[in-house]
Amino acid sequence: MDFPKDLKYTKEHEWIRVDSDIAVVGVTDYAQDSLGDIVYLELPQEGGTVTKDEPFGVVESVKAVSDLYSPLNGTVAEVNDALIDNPEVINEDPYGEAWMIKIEIENRDEIGELLSAEDYQKYLEEEK
Amino acid sequence: MEIKKTPLYRLHIELGAKMVPFAGWEMPLSYSGIIKEHWAVRNRCGLFDVSHMGRIEISGSKSLEAIQYITTNDASRLKDGQVQYTILCNEDGGAIDDVTLYRSDEEQYLLCVNASNRDKVYGWIREKIGPSVDMTDLSDAFAQVALQGPLSCEVLRPITDMDPAGIEYYNFKECAIRGVPILLSRTGYTGEDGFEIYIPVDMAETVWQTITDSGAADLFPAGLGARDMLRLEKCYPLYGHELDEKTGPLEAGLGRFVAMEKDGFIGKDALRDRAVQKRLVAIEISDNGIPRERCRILKDGVEIGSITSGTFSPVLKKPIALGYVEERYSLLDTEVKIAIRKKTVNGRIVKKPFYKRPSTVQLA
Repeated sequence: MDFPKDLKYTKEHEWIRVDSDIAVVGVTDYAQDSLGDIVYLELPQEGGTVTKDEPFGVVESVKAVSDLYSPLNGTVAEVNDALIDNPEVINEDPYGEAWMIKIEIENRDEIGELLSAEDYQKYLEEEK
Repeated sequence: MEIKKTPLYRLHIELGAKMVPFAGWEMPLSYSGIIKEHWAVRNRCGLFDVSHMGRIEISGSKSLEAIQYITTNDASRLKDGQVQYTILCNEDGGAIDDVTLYRSDEEQYLLCVNASNRDKVYGWIREKIGPSVDMTDLSDAFAQVALQGPLSCEVLRPITDMDPAGIEYYNFKECAIRGVPILLSRTGYTGEDGFEIYIPVDMAETVWQTITDSGAADLFPAGLGARDMLRLEKCYPLYGHELDEKTGPLEAGLGRFVAMEKDGFIGKDALRDRAVQKRLVAIEISDNGIPRERCRILKDGVEIGSITSGTFSPVLKKPIALGYVEERYSLLDTEVKIAIRKKTVNGRIVKKPFYKRPSTVQLA
């Protein structure tokens, strides 16, 4: 399983790529693997707000449904609408094509609270 | 209770299967992906380990009589080498199990029972028919695999000592795969052509490997995830979901497997007098959201039943489900809503099954 070093992570299995004042969010390789074949994805509207640790969307696989939790407070700057039509891409390319939303970062301090790739992997080990 | 492992467990791990507990067994959920394995079975072929199922032999001169007493279907219609789907009912007309019955000859039968019911069924039959017949639990002596999909015959032909296409649907033969004696049955749980294969336990890995090699790129190992998806598209019931000790063949729409003209069998009186309160229906969902077991089915805001199984159908490209609704709401084309988590989705009662295989690949 792959956990790129340049990304941040959450215990809810989201990844975050910080690009100046924008945070790109998706789900981790671990998340897609645990869910298995993903068939539906619900994402918020562009311009809406998301709240740290609150659900911003839903991902559903053949065997399970799971909320997506926002890693930060902010405004939704962009939504990957193409992914809603082809949610199986989440299984194929979780860190690339399968980005979900871009958040305009409100408070940069929140970034410091996110996990590093190493911390996230350690967390996964402990959870086993 | 310790979780059990089938004789093919080592191979599943080697193949990288995602394993899950199921009915007390550690079984492969999927290998390459549930939907991929589903399509393999619909278009080419898939190989399943179904060794967790129970295999009970019933033999002796009173076998037929005993079987007629404990099953709902008419076993007297079976000829040697034929298989029958049948139900074991309790006195109330609920289901103890749904099984396949194999007749080797008039004094020797085999019951293939659900994994979850293996011990219960053995004990129940013992209790009902006493010592009049010999009963042997062969479950641990055999492994069982299912090769399913339109290419099944082609995969088996080069490795079997007879032409598998010569076995008709719901018939079986004792034959050999590369010298290993097996029982080859043209049955399955997927809605495709295919076979279930009973293998002496110590040869399980060898035969699995032989079939896999013969299938080469056309064959995919397939797990419980695909199996559930395939059987739901075909509306086959799964014990514990569509059937249980309170819910029998009449509610489940399996009346054609109940031979009411047959002399006294367990549950006959109850089935004859039973006023069916609820019926199993197939529901096609027009929104995004998969109904799961126990989701409520609503009509005009009022609860009329609940979901027993649901999945995403790759064939229909939408969610599908089976569920029980009150008898008066069970008509085709009835629009219903299903409560899933915080939302409701729209569904319509449709004709069973959701999927029928194209007639071009009907049995040879």
